[in-house]
Amino acid sequence: MEGDRATETMAAHRAEAYTKPLPEPTVVSQPFWDAAREHRLCLQRSRKTGRYVYYPRAVSPFGVDDELEWVEVAGRGQVYSYTVARRPTAPQWASDVPYVIAIVELEEGPHMMANIVECDPDSVRIGMAVEAVYQDVTPEVTLVQFRPV
Amino acid sequence: MSLRGKTAIAGIAEFRPSRYTEGQTTLGMLATVARDAIADAGMELGEVDGVIVESFAEAPFMAPSTVVEYLGMRARFADVVDLGGATGAGMVSRAAAAIAAGLCSTVVCTTATRRERRTTEGPKRSAQSGFAGRRIDRTPTSEFETPYGAIGANYGYAMIANRYMYEHGLRPEQLAKIAVAQRYNACHNPDALFFGQPITVEEVLSSPVVVDPLHLLEIVMPVAGAAAVVVTGAKRAAKLAHPPAYILGAGEQTTHKSIAFAPSLTDSAIRAAADAAFAMAGVRRKEIDVASVYDCYTITVLISLEDAGFAKKGRGGKFVDDHNLQFDGDFPLNPHGGQLSFGQAGTAGGMSHVTEAARQVMGRAPGRQVKRCELAFVNGNGGIMSDQVSLILGRNR
Repeated sequence: MEGDRATETMAAHRAEAYTKPLPEPTVVSQPFWDAAREHRLCLQRSRKTGRYVYYPRAVSPFGVDDELEWVEVAGRGQVYSYTVARRPTAPQWASDVPYVIAIVELEEGPHMMANIVECDPDSVRIGMAVEAVYQDVTPEVTLVQFRPV
Repeated sequence: MSLRGKTAIAGIAEFRPSRYTEGQTTLGMLATVARDAIADAGMELGEVDGVIVESFAEAPFMAPSTVVEYLGMRARFADVVDLGGATGAGMVSRAAAAIAAGLCSTVVCTTATRRERRTTEGPKRSAQSGFAGRRIDRTPTSEFETPYGAIGANYGYAMIANRYMYEHGLRPEQLAKIAVAQRYNACHNPDALFFGQPITVEEVLSSPVVVDPLHLLEIVMPVAGAAAVVVTGAKRAAKLAHPPAYILGAGEQTTHKSIAFAPSLTDSAIRAAADAAFAMAGVRRKEIDVASVYDCYTITVLISLEDAGFAKKGRGGKFVDDHNLQFDGDFPLNPHGGQLSFGQAGTAGGMSHVTEAARQVMGRAPGRQVKRCELAFVNGNGGIMSDQVSLILGRNR
Protein backbone atom coordinates (compact mmCIF):
# COMPACT_ATOMS: atom_id res chain seq x y z
CA MET A 1 0.00 0.00 0.00
CA GLU A 2 2.81 2.35 0.96
CA GLY A 3 4.48 1.60 -2.35
CA ASP A 4 1.29 2.28 -4.31
CA ARG A 5 0.80 5.63 -2.66
CA ALA A 6 4.38 6.61 -3.37
CA THR A 7 3.91 5.68 -7.03
CA GLU A 8 0.71 7.74 -7.22
CA THR A 9 2.41 10.75 -5.63
CA MET A 10 5.31 10.52 -8.05
CA ALA A 11 2.93 10.24 -10.99
CA ALA A 12 1.00 13.29 -9.83
CA HIS A 13 4.21 15.20 -9.38
CA ARG A 14 5.37 14.23 -12.86
CA ALA A 15 2.10 15.39 -14.37
CA GLU A 16 2.52 18.79 -12.78
CA ALA A 17 6.26 18.94 -13.39
CA TYR A 18 7.54 22.44 -14.00
CA THR A 19 8.61 22.56 -17.64
CA LYS A 20 10.02 26.07 -17.99
CA PRO A 21 13.76 26.77 -17.97
CA LEU A 22 15.23 26.92 -14.48
CA PRO A 23 18.13 29.05 -13.29
CA GLU A 24 21.43 27.25 -12.95
CA PRO A 25 23.11 29.06 -10.04
CA THR A 26 26.84 29.60 -9.93
CA VAL A 27 28.97 29.79 -6.78
CA VAL A 28 28.67 33.55 -7.08
CA SER A 29 24.89 33.68 -7.44
CA GLN A 30 23.96 30.87 -5.03
CA PRO A 31 23.28 33.20 -2.04
CA PHE A 32 20.61 35.02 -4.10
CA TRP A 33 18.79 31.80 -4.89
CA ASP A 34 19.21 30.47 -1.33
CA ALA A 35 17.54 33.64 -0.02
CA ALA A 36 14.77 33.44 -2.63
CA ARG A 37 13.99 29.93 -1.45
CA GLU A 38 13.46 31.43 2.02
CA HIS A 39 11.24 34.11 0.43
CA ARG A 40 13.75 36.86 1.00
CA LEU A 41 15.29 39.20 -1.57
CA CYS A 42 19.02 39.58 -1.05
CA LEU A 43 21.28 41.78 -3.15
CA GLN A 44 24.91 42.71 -3.03
CA ARG A 45 25.89 46.17 -1.78
CA SER A 46 29.08 48.12 -2.37
CA ARG A 47 31.04 48.71 0.86
CA LYS A 48 32.62 51.83 -0.64
CA THR A 49 29.61 53.57 -2.18
CA GLY A 50 26.62 51.91 -0.53
CA ARG A 51 25.15 51.31 -3.98
CA TYR A 52 23.35 48.05 -4.66
CA VAL A 53 24.21 45.53 -7.35
CA TYR A 54 22.05 43.08 -9.24
CA TYR A 55 22.84 40.47 -10.61
CA PRO A 56 25.40 38.94 -8.22
CA ARG A 57 29.05 39.43 -9.15
CA ALA A 58 32.50 38.45 -7.98
CA VAL A 59 33.75 42.03 -8.38
CA SER A 60 32.23 45.44 -7.75
CA PRO A 61 31.40 47.57 -10.78
CA PHE A 62 31.99 50.67 -8.65
CA GLY A 63 35.75 50.63 -8.34
CA VAL A 64 38.83 48.46 -8.16
CA ASP A 65 39.22 49.05 -4.40
CA ASP A 66 35.62 48.09 -3.61
CA GLU A 67 34.08 44.94 -2.14
CA LEU A 68 30.52 43.65 -2.23
CA GLU A 69 28.51 42.34 0.73
CA TRP A 70 25.15 40.54 0.79
CA VAL A 71 22.21 42.40 2.36
CA GLU A 72 18.46 41.81 2.49
CA VAL A 73 16.25 44.43 0.82
CA ALA A 74 12.56 45.28 0.96
CA GLY A 75 11.50 43.93 -2.42
CA ARG A 76 9.58 47.04 -3.41
CA GLY A 77 9.93 48.96 -6.64
CA GLN A 78 8.19 50.17 -9.75
CA VAL A 79 7.77 49.02 -13.32
CA TYR A 80 10.55 50.66 -15.37
CA SER A 81 9.35 49.12 -18.62
CA TYR A 82 7.40 46.07 -19.68
CA THR A 83 5.84 44.22 -22.56
CA VAL A 84 2.81 42.02 -22.80
CA ALA A 85 3.76 38.92 -24.77
CA ARG A 86 0.79 38.14 -27.04
CA ARG A 87 2.72 35.28 -28.57
CA PRO A 88 5.00 33.06 -26.48
CA THR A 89 8.65 34.12 -26.28
CA ALA A 90 9.55 30.40 -26.05
CA PRO A 91 7.47 27.23 -26.50
CA GLN A 92 7.33 26.56 -22.74
CA TRP A 93 5.21 29.71 -22.33
CA ALA A 94 2.70 28.76 -25.04
CA SER A 95 -0.19 28.31 -22.60
CA ASP A 96 0.68 31.45 -20.60
CA VAL A 97 -0.11 34.17 -23.15
CA PRO A 98 -0.75 36.97 -22.54
CA TYR A 99 1.91 37.46 -19.88
CA VAL A 100 4.02 40.39 -18.74
CA ILE A 101 7.81 40.56 -18.90
CA ALA A 102 9.09 43.63 -17.10
CA ILE A 103 12.14 45.46 -15.85
CA VAL A 104 11.45 46.39 -12.25
CA GLU A 105 13.39 49.28 -10.74
CA LEU A 106 13.92 48.43 -7.08
CA GLU A 107 13.77 51.16 -4.44
CA GLU A 108 17.43 50.43 -3.84
CA GLY A 109 18.24 51.23 -7.47
CA PRO A 110 19.00 48.04 -9.38
CA HIS A 111 16.89 46.80 -12.26
CA MET A 112 15.53 43.24 -12.22
CA MET A 113 13.90 41.24 -14.99
CA ALA A 114 10.74 39.51 -13.79
CA ASN A 115 7.13 38.81 -14.61
CA ILE A 116 4.37 41.00 -13.23
CA VAL A 117 1.90 38.48 -11.79
CA GLU A 118 -1.44 38.39 -9.99
CA CYS A 119 -2.97 41.09 -12.21
CA ASP A 120 -4.58 41.70 -15.59
CA PRO A 121 -1.65 42.02 -18.03
CA ASP A 122 -3.38 44.97 -19.69
CA SER A 123 -3.46 46.88 -16.39
CA VAL A 124 0.35 47.09 -16.14
CA ARG A 125 1.84 50.54 -16.65
CA ILE A 126 5.29 52.09 -16.43
CA GLY A 127 5.69 53.61 -12.95
CA MET A 128 3.27 51.16 -11.34
CA ALA A 129 4.29 50.29 -7.75
CA VAL A 130 5.09 46.59 -7.32
CA GLU A 131 6.32 44.25 -4.59
CA ALA A 132 8.20 40.97 -4.68
CA VAL A 133 6.31 37.70 -4.51
CA TYR A 134 8.00 34.34 -4.29
CA GLN A 135 7.06 31.61 -6.72
CA ASP A 136 8.16 28.15 -5.55
CA VAL A 137 8.42 26.50 -8.95
CA THR A 138 10.21 23.35 -7.75
CA PRO A 139 11.20 22.09 -4.29
CA GLU A 140 14.66 23.56 -4.97
CA VAL A 141 13.95 26.71 -6.94
CA THR A 142 12.00 29.84 -6.05
CA LEU A 143 11.66 32.64 -8.59
CA VAL A 144 11.34 36.25 -7.45
CA GLN A 145 8.35 37.79 -9.19
CA PHE A 146 6.47 41.07 -8.70
CA ARG A 147 2.81 42.03 -8.28
CA PRO A 148 1.07 45.39 -8.09
CA VAL A 149 0.96 46.79 -4.55
CA MET B 1 45.95 57.25 -35.11
CA SER B 2 43.01 57.97 -37.36
CA LEU B 3 41.83 55.43 -39.92
CA ARG B 4 40.47 58.18 -42.17
CA GLY B 5 40.90 57.32 -45.83
CA LYS B 6 43.66 54.78 -45.23
CA THR B 7 41.63 51.77 -46.39
CA ALA B 8 38.64 50.94 -48.54
CA ILE B 9 36.10 48.26 -49.28
CA ALA B 10 37.18 46.97 -52.69
CA GLY B 11 35.01 43.90 -53.14
CA ILE B 12 31.60 42.75 -51.96
CA ALA B 13 29.58 39.57 -52.29
CA GLU B 14 26.30 38.39 -50.88
CA PHE B 15 23.97 35.41 -51.06
CA ARG B 16 20.39 36.23 -51.76
CA PRO B 17 18.57 35.74 -48.44
CA SER B 18 16.46 32.60 -48.34
CA ARG B 19 14.04 31.16 -45.83
CA TYR B 20 16.11 27.99 -45.55
CA THR B 21 19.35 26.48 -46.82
CA GLU B 22 19.53 22.98 -48.15
CA GLY B 23 22.63 20.82 -48.26
CA GLN B 24 25.06 23.58 -47.38
CA THR B 25 27.61 23.85 -44.61
CA THR B 26 28.27 27.14 -42.85
CA LEU B 27 31.96 26.75 -43.65
CA GLY B 28 31.11 26.25 -47.30
CA MET B 29 28.93 29.36 -47.32
CA LEU B 30 31.58 31.44 -45.51
CA ALA B 31 34.24 30.34 -47.98
CA THR B 32 32.09 30.75 -51.09
CA VAL B 33 31.02 34.29 -50.28
CA ALA B 34 34.60 35.19 -49.26
CA ARG B 35 35.92 33.85 -52.57
CA ASP B 36 33.23 35.76 -54.47
CA ALA B 37 34.13 39.01 -52.68
CA ILE B 38 37.82 38.54 -53.52
CA ALA B 39 36.90 37.86 -57.15
CA ASP B 40 34.60 40.90 -57.14
CA ALA B 41 37.55 43.08 -56.12
CA GLY B 42 39.51 41.66 -59.03
CA MET B 43 42.10 40.20 -56.67
CA GLU B 44 43.80 36.84 -56.41
CA LEU B 45 43.52 34.63 -53.33
CA GLY B 46 47.27 34.96 -52.79
CA GLU B 47 46.91 38.73 -52.33
CA VAL B 48 44.62 38.33 -49.33
CA ASP B 49 46.70 38.03 -46.18
CA GLY B 50 44.06 38.66 -43.54
CA VAL B 51 40.80 37.02 -42.55
CA ILE B 52 38.12 37.98 -40.07
CA VAL B 53 35.31 35.52 -39.39
CA GLU B 54 32.67 34.89 -36.81
CA SER B 55 32.65 31.77 -34.69
CA PHE B 56 30.13 29.28 -36.04
CA ALA B 57 28.59 26.02 -34.93
CA GLU B 58 30.85 23.83 -37.06
CA ALA B 59 33.96 25.55 -35.64
CA PRO B 60 33.17 26.47 -32.05
CA PHE B 61 36.84 27.32 -31.62
CA MET B 62 39.72 28.05 -34.04
CA ALA B 63 37.28 29.49 -36.57
CA PRO B 64 39.80 31.79 -38.34
CA SER B 65 42.34 29.05 -39.06
CA THR B 66 39.52 26.73 -40.14
CA VAL B 67 38.51 29.27 -42.79
CA VAL B 68 42.12 30.09 -43.76
CA GLU B 69 42.86 26.40 -44.34
CA TYR B 70 39.61 25.80 -46.24
CA LEU B 71 40.24 28.75 -48.57
CA GLY B 72 43.89 27.81 -49.10
CA MET B 73 45.19 31.13 -47.76
CA ARG B 74 48.24 32.20 -45.82
CA ALA B 75 47.14 34.83 -43.30
CA ARG B 76 49.24 37.35 -41.45
CA PHE B 77 46.15 38.41 -39.54
CA ALA B 78 43.34 36.06 -38.49
CA ASP B 79 40.62 37.01 -36.04
CA VAL B 80 37.10 36.43 -34.78
CA VAL B 81 34.54 39.16 -34.19
CA ASP B 82 31.68 38.41 -31.81
CA LEU B 83 29.52 41.53 -31.73
CA GLY B 84 26.16 40.07 -32.70
CA GLY B 85 24.48 42.24 -35.33
CA ALA B 86 27.40 44.68 -35.19
CA THR B 87 29.80 41.92 -36.23
CA GLY B 88 29.91 42.94 -39.91
CA ALA B 89 30.65 46.60 -39.19
CA GLY B 90 33.07 45.56 -36.44
CA MET B 91 34.93 43.30 -38.87
CA VAL B 92 35.39 46.23 -41.25
CA SER B 93 36.69 48.61 -38.57
CA ARG B 94 39.11 45.95 -37.31
CA ALA B 95 40.27 45.12 -40.84
CA ALA B 96 40.90 48.82 -41.46
CA ALA B 97 42.84 49.10 -38.19
CA ALA B 98 44.95 46.02 -38.91
CA ILE B 99 45.83 47.26 -42.39
CA ALA B 100 46.52 50.81 -41.22
CA ALA B 101 48.80 49.43 -38.51
CA GLY B 102 50.75 47.42 -41.06
CA LEU B 103 49.79 43.99 -39.72
CA CYS B 104 48.52 42.90 -43.15
CA SER B 105 47.53 44.41 -46.49
CA THR B 106 44.17 42.92 -47.48
CA VAL B 107 41.49 41.37 -45.28
CA VAL B 108 38.45 39.35 -46.27
CA CYS B 109 35.60 39.69 -43.75
CA THR B 110 33.04 36.92 -44.08
CA THR B 111 29.72 36.04 -42.43
CA ALA B 112 27.17 33.31 -43.07
CA THR B 113 24.03 31.95 -41.46
CA ARG B 114 22.74 28.51 -42.36
CA ARG B 115 19.16 27.61 -41.58
CA GLU B 116 17.98 24.07 -42.16
CA ARG B 117 14.28 23.39 -42.26
CA ARG B 118 14.46 20.93 -39.37
CA THR B 119 15.73 23.59 -36.96
CA THR B 120 12.22 25.02 -36.85
CA GLU B 121 10.77 21.87 -35.31
CA GLY B 122 11.62 22.67 -31.71
CA PRO B 123 15.37 22.41 -31.27
CA LYS B 124 16.67 20.77 -28.14
CA ARG B 125 17.03 23.26 -25.34
CA SER B 126 19.26 23.04 -22.32
CA ALA B 127 17.55 23.43 -18.96
CA GLN B 128 18.53 27.08 -18.76
CA SER B 129 19.29 28.27 -22.26
CA GLY B 130 16.29 29.41 -24.21
CA PHE B 131 18.18 29.11 -27.42
CA ALA B 132 18.87 26.03 -29.48
CA GLY B 133 21.40 23.92 -27.68
CA ARG B 134 24.33 24.34 -30.03
CA ARG B 135 25.89 26.67 -27.47
CA ILE B 136 24.83 26.59 -23.85
CA ASP B 137 24.36 30.07 -22.46
CA ARG B 138 25.73 30.27 -18.92
CA THR B 139 25.88 34.05 -18.77
CA PRO B 140 24.16 35.97 -15.96
CA THR B 141 21.71 37.18 -18.56
CA SER B 142 20.49 33.66 -18.97
CA GLU B 143 20.37 32.81 -15.28
CA PHE B 144 18.39 35.92 -14.36
CA GLU B 145 16.24 36.36 -17.46
CA THR B 146 15.51 33.07 -19.20
CA PRO B 147 13.42 31.72 -16.27
CA TYR B 148 11.08 34.69 -16.81
CA GLY B 149 10.59 34.04 -20.50
CA ALA B 150 12.91 36.90 -21.42
CA ILE B 151 14.15 34.88 -24.38
CA GLY B 152 15.15 36.03 -27.83
CA ALA B 153 15.13 39.75 -28.58
CA ASN B 154 11.48 40.64 -29.20
CA TYR B 155 10.69 41.28 -25.53
CA GLY B 156 13.68 43.60 -25.13
CA TYR B 157 12.91 45.83 -28.09
CA ALA B 158 9.26 45.90 -27.04
CA MET B 159 10.31 47.20 -23.61
CA ILE B 160 12.51 49.80 -25.33
CA ALA B 161 9.54 50.90 -27.46
CA ASN B 162 7.20 51.13 -24.47
CA ARG B 163 9.74 53.12 -22.47
CA TYR B 164 10.37 55.42 -25.46
CA MET B 165 6.64 56.05 -25.83
CA TYR B 166 6.43 56.80 -22.09
CA GLU B 167 9.37 59.23 -22.14
CA HIS B 168 8.92 60.94 -25.48
CA GLY B 169 5.65 59.96 -27.08
CA LEU B 170 5.41 58.18 -30.41
CA ARG B 171 2.52 57.18 -32.64
CA PRO B 172 2.33 53.62 -33.97
CA GLU B 173 1.92 55.08 -37.48
CA GLN B 174 5.35 56.69 -37.20
CA LEU B 175 7.05 53.36 -36.52
CA ALA B 176 4.98 51.69 -39.23
CA LYS B 177 6.12 54.26 -41.80
CA ILE B 178 9.71 53.03 -41.37
CA ALA B 179 8.68 49.46 -42.28
CA VAL B 180 6.63 50.70 -45.24
CA ALA B 181 9.45 52.84 -46.68
CA GLN B 182 11.91 49.98 -46.39
CA ARG B 183 9.45 47.63 -48.07
CA TYR B 184 9.19 50.15 -50.93
CA ASN B 185 12.97 49.94 -51.24
CA ALA B 186 12.87 46.13 -51.19
CA CYS B 187 10.37 46.24 -54.04
CA HIS B 188 13.17 47.85 -56.08
CA ASN B 189 15.68 45.16 -55.09
CA PRO B 190 15.07 41.78 -56.77
CA ASP B 191 17.41 40.12 -54.22
CA ALA B 192 15.20 41.16 -51.30
CA LEU B 193 13.16 38.48 -49.59
CA PHE B 194 10.00 40.61 -49.82
CA PHE B 195 10.55 41.84 -53.39
CA GLY B 196 7.21 42.36 -55.09
CA GLN B 197 5.24 42.54 -51.82
CA PRO B 198 4.52 46.20 -51.00
CA ILE B 199 2.80 46.99 -47.69
CA THR B 200 0.87 49.93 -46.26
CA VAL B 201 0.85 51.57 -42.83
CA GLU B 202 -2.62 50.08 -42.28
CA GLU B 203 -1.32 46.59 -43.05
CA VAL B 204 1.56 47.00 -40.59
CA LEU B 205 -0.79 48.17 -37.85
CA SER B 206 -3.32 45.43 -38.54
CA SER B 207 -0.69 42.69 -38.42
CA PRO B 208 -0.78 40.77 -35.13
CA VAL B 209 0.82 42.30 -32.06
CA VAL B 210 3.59 39.88 -31.07
CA VAL B 211 4.91 41.73 -28.03
CA ASP B 212 3.24 45.03 -27.09
CA PRO B 213 3.64 47.44 -28.84
CA LEU B 214 5.39 45.73 -31.76
CA HIS B 215 3.44 44.28 -34.68
CA LEU B 216 4.57 41.31 -36.75
CA LEU B 217 5.53 43.54 -39.70
CA GLU B 218 7.81 45.61 -37.44
CA ILE B 219 9.90 42.56 -36.57
CA VAL B 220 12.55 40.92 -38.75
CA MET B 221 12.08 37.42 -40.02
CA PRO B 222 15.16 35.21 -39.50
CA VAL B 223 16.50 33.81 -42.76
CA ALA B 224 19.66 32.25 -44.16
CA GLY B 225 22.32 34.12 -46.07
CA ALA B 226 25.95 35.11 -46.37
CA ALA B 227 27.86 38.33 -47.00
CA ALA B 228 31.52 39.24 -47.30
CA VAL B 229 33.66 42.27 -48.06
CA VAL B 230 37.31 42.75 -48.97
CA VAL B 231 39.12 45.59 -47.24
CA THR B 232 42.47 46.74 -48.59
CA GLY B 233 44.78 49.76 -48.57
CA ALA B 234 43.41 52.89 -50.22
CA LYS B 235 46.10 53.07 -52.90
CA ARG B 236 45.65 49.43 -53.89
CA ALA B 237 41.86 49.83 -53.85
CA ALA B 238 42.00 52.68 -56.35
CA LYS B 239 43.52 50.35 -58.98
CA LEU B 240 41.10 47.44 -58.64
CA ALA B 241 37.98 46.30 -60.48
CA HIS B 242 35.50 48.83 -59.02
CA PRO B 243 35.66 52.35 -57.64
CA PRO B 244 36.13 51.62 -53.91
CA ALA B 245 34.19 52.70 -50.87
CA TYR B 246 36.76 54.44 -48.68
CA ILE B 247 36.53 53.88 -44.95
CA LEU B 248 36.55 57.40 -43.56
CA GLY B 249 35.46 56.88 -40.00
CA ALA B 250 34.76 54.18 -37.44
CA GLY B 251 33.48 54.27 -33.87
CA GLU B 252 32.36 51.72 -31.35
CA GLN B 253 30.64 51.54 -27.98
CA THR B 254 29.28 48.79 -25.78
CA THR B 255 27.85 49.12 -22.29
CA HIS B 256 25.75 46.04 -21.52
CA LYS B 257 24.68 42.64 -22.72
CA SER B 258 21.25 42.45 -21.15
CA ILE B 259 18.74 45.22 -21.70
CA ALA B 260 17.80 45.07 -18.00
CA PHE B 261 21.27 46.40 -17.20
CA ALA B 262 21.56 48.99 -19.97
CA PRO B 263 22.36 52.50 -18.72
CA SER B 264 19.24 53.67 -20.59
CA LEU B 265 16.56 52.03 -22.69
CA THR B 266 16.11 55.08 -24.90
CA ASP B 267 19.56 56.73 -25.07
CA SER B 268 21.77 54.17 -26.73
CA ALA B 269 25.48 53.53 -27.14
CA ILE B 270 24.99 54.47 -30.81
CA ARG B 271 25.54 58.10 -29.80
CA ALA B 272 29.14 57.51 -28.73
CA ALA B 273 29.87 55.15 -31.64
CA ALA B 274 28.46 57.55 -34.24
CA ASP B 275 30.12 60.63 -32.70
CA ALA B 276 33.48 58.87 -32.89
CA ALA B 277 32.91 57.81 -36.50
CA PHE B 278 31.79 61.28 -37.63
CA ALA B 279 34.68 62.96 -35.78
CA MET B 280 37.23 60.63 -37.38
CA ALA B 281 35.75 61.17 -40.83
CA GLY B 282 35.46 64.93 -40.42
CA VAL B 283 31.99 64.65 -41.90
CA ARG B 284 28.83 66.47 -40.82
CA ARG B 285 25.46 64.73 -40.50
CA LYS B 286 23.97 66.91 -43.24
CA GLU B 287 26.55 65.62 -45.73
CA ILE B 288 25.39 62.00 -45.45
CA ASP B 289 23.63 60.79 -48.62
CA VAL B 290 22.42 57.40 -47.39
CA ALA B 291 21.88 55.85 -43.96
CA SER B 292 22.32 52.09 -43.66
CA VAL B 293 21.30 51.38 -40.09
CA TYR B 294 20.60 48.11 -38.36
CA ASP B 295 16.86 47.51 -38.32
CA CYS B 296 15.92 44.39 -36.40
CA TYR B 297 12.76 46.29 -35.37
CA THR B 298 11.23 49.62 -36.38
CA ILE B 299 12.03 51.08 -32.94
CA THR B 300 15.72 50.24 -33.50
CA VAL B 301 15.74 52.48 -36.58
CA LEU B 302 13.98 55.34 -34.82
CA ILE B 303 16.41 55.37 -31.89
CA SER B 304 19.37 54.91 -34.27
CA LEU B 305 18.36 57.99 -36.29
CA GLU B 306 18.23 60.03 -33.07
CA ASP B 307 21.39 58.74 -31.45
CA ALA B 308 23.39 58.90 -34.68
CA GLY B 309 22.54 62.60 -34.68
CA PHE B 310 20.13 62.85 -37.62
CA ALA B 311 17.19 63.74 -35.35
CA LYS B 312 17.01 65.28 -31.88
CA LYS B 313 16.31 62.93 -28.95
CA GLY B 314 12.58 62.50 -28.63
CA ARG B 315 11.94 63.94 -32.11
CA GLY B 316 12.42 60.73 -34.07
CA GLY B 317 8.71 60.38 -34.72
CA LYS B 318 8.52 63.87 -36.15
CA PHE B 319 11.67 63.19 -38.22
CA VAL B 320 9.93 60.18 -39.75
CA ASP B 321 6.82 62.32 -40.42
CA ASP B 322 8.87 65.07 -42.04
CA HIS B 323 11.07 62.96 -44.30
CA ASN B 324 10.68 60.53 -47.16
CA LEU B 325 12.82 57.53 -46.18
CA GLN B 326 12.63 55.78 -49.56
CA PHE B 327 15.81 55.37 -51.62
CA ASP B 328 14.43 58.09 -53.92
CA GLY B 329 13.35 60.31 -51.02
CA ASP B 330 15.07 63.16 -49.19
CA PHE B 331 16.53 60.86 -46.48
CA PRO B 332 17.40 57.53 -48.14
CA LEU B 333 17.34 54.82 -45.50
CA ASN B 334 18.33 51.17 -46.00
CA PRO B 335 17.90 51.16 -49.81
CA HIS B 336 18.25 47.37 -49.98
CA GLY B 337 15.08 47.07 -47.93
CA GLY B 338 16.82 46.77 -44.59
CA GLN B 339 16.74 43.50 -42.77
CA LEU B 340 13.02 44.01 -42.20
CA SER B 341 12.40 43.55 -45.92
CA PHE B 342 15.71 42.32 -47.41
CA GLY B 343 16.04 39.54 -44.82
CA GLN B 344 17.72 39.03 -41.46
CA ALA B 345 20.36 36.39 -42.07
CA GLY B 346 22.02 36.56 -38.65
CA THR B 347 25.42 38.24 -38.79
CA ALA B 348 25.18 38.28 -42.60
CA GLY B 349 22.07 40.43 -42.16
CA GLY B 350 24.16 42.85 -40.13
CA MET B 351 26.82 42.77 -42.82
CA SER B 352 24.14 43.64 -45.42
CA HIS B 353 24.17 47.20 -44.07
CA VAL B 354 27.88 47.38 -44.92
CA THR B 355 27.54 45.79 -48.36
CA GLU B 356 24.59 48.04 -49.25
CA ALA B 357 26.35 51.22 -48.11
CA ALA B 358 29.44 50.18 -50.10
CA ARG B 359 27.31 49.39 -53.16
CA GLN B 360 25.60 52.77 -52.98
CA VAL B 361 28.87 54.68 -52.61
CA MET B 362 30.45 52.63 -55.42
CA GLY B 363 27.45 53.39 -57.64
CA ARG B 364 26.61 49.70 -57.99
CA ALA B 365 22.96 49.60 -56.88
CA PRO B 366 20.93 49.56 -60.10
CA GLY B 367 17.19 49.94 -59.57
CA ARG B 368 17.66 51.53 -56.17
CA GLN B 369 20.73 53.70 -56.61
CA VAL B 370 20.64 56.81 -54.42
CA LYS B 371 21.44 59.82 -56.61
CA ARG B 372 24.77 61.60 -56.07
CA CYS B 373 25.65 59.15 -53.32
CA GLU B 374 29.06 60.11 -51.98
CA LEU B 375 28.84 59.52 -48.24
CA ALA B 376 27.18 56.69 -46.36
CA PHE B 377 26.55 56.19 -42.65
CA VAL B 378 26.47 52.60 -41.42
CA ASN B 379 25.45 51.39 -37.99
CA GLY B 380 25.67 47.84 -36.72
CA ASN B 381 23.73 46.92 -33.59
CA GLY B 382 24.39 43.75 -31.65
CA GLY B 383 22.13 42.04 -29.15
CA ILE B 384 19.51 44.23 -27.53
CA MET B 385 21.09 47.61 -28.28
CA SER B 386 24.33 46.20 -26.84
CA ASP B 387 27.29 46.37 -29.23
CA GLN B 388 27.32 49.41 -31.51
CA VAL B 389 29.70 49.99 -34.42
CA SER B 390 29.36 53.00 -36.73
CA LEU B 391 31.17 53.52 -40.03
CA ILE B 392 31.39 56.36 -42.54
CA LEU B 393 32.06 55.23 -46.11
CA GLY B 394 32.89 57.65 -48.91
CA ARG B 395 33.34 57.71 -52.67
CA ASN B 396 36.40 59.91 -52.18
CA ARG B 397 39.24 59.70 -49.67
